[in-house]
Amino acid sequence: MPLAYPRGRNSNVPGAVREGMGHAGTVDRMDAEPEDGQRLATEARDRVRFEEDALALSDQVYRVARHLASSREDADELMQETYARAFRSWRSFTPGTNMRAWLLRILTNLNIDRGRRQQRAPQMTPLEANDYFLYDKLAENGDGISDEEQVVERLSQDDIVSALSAVPHDFRDVLVLVDLGDFSYADAAQILDIPVGTVMSRLHRGRRILKRELAESALEEAT
Amino acid sequence: MKDPCAHCEEMMQPYLDHVLTDDEMRAAEAHLAECVDCRRRYKFEESLRVYVRKAATEPMPAELKQKLAALRIPLD
Repeated sequence: MPLAYPRGRNSNVPGAVREGMGHAGTVDRMDAEPEDGQRLATEARDRVRFEEDALALSDQVYRVARHLASSREDADELMQETYARAFRSWRSFTPGTNMRAWLLRILTNLNIDRGRRQQRAPQMTPLEANDYFLYDKLAENGDGISDEEQVVERLSQDDIVSALSAVPHDFRDVLVLVDLGDFSYADAAQILDIPVGTVMSRLHRGRRILKRELAESALEEAT
Repeated sequence: MKDPCAHCEEMMQPYLDHVLTDDEMRAAEAHLAECVDCRRRYKFEESLRVYVRKAATEPMPAELKQKLAALRIPLD
């Protein structure tokens, strides 16, 4: 996912007019004034299209942003900062590449810049339970299991949201991008600038931490 | 020999993410075919993922959408 592309206006083909290349097209100057006007018009059109495309993705970006941020208010600010930066930096987006991933990369970088990584210390990372832990806890507290979907529904929406916010950032970022944002391991790795292997291990641990948090809230409600 | 259910538990996430090798996939499926406990736990995990996604999805406030649109840079 390249974040920058050259916008050079200097073609190496003298006198040639290269058309049909969209944002990255270059136009040589045989007659500066009309071509300048044409270039400006093309750029304006490309920018408007970029802004419209970015805004059309805002619901999907928000779905992820809401849980990368610690609260609705933080998500709101983060979205505005992200879009303000994206609109300023629109030239660094490579047309034809994944705009949603590009926006999320800006957003995750801003999130880090905002100093929301204070839970990084390893000793503060809660130990995850094993993968079957939540099911076993819910089963212990139920009247026998007949339908796994009904077991899941013993968890409330609030349980899920608060358990997600309790997952430390490094794990949550990956969990949210992959499980809520539908990004592949490779996309998540590029967005967060970490190796794919790290994405996988953080994702697996993040899910276990989430389940441990859910088990705790389910047990609290049962008592 | 390692407890087959413990091994199946370790395979659950990569299995549901479709990243196991063919051999690992066959081994997991062979165990799942004969172990109702692991089968239920896998099914629960699948349902949980769907449920978490549904529960965690909040619509973007209309006001925020308007604020984002207002950030567009006016044409000169």
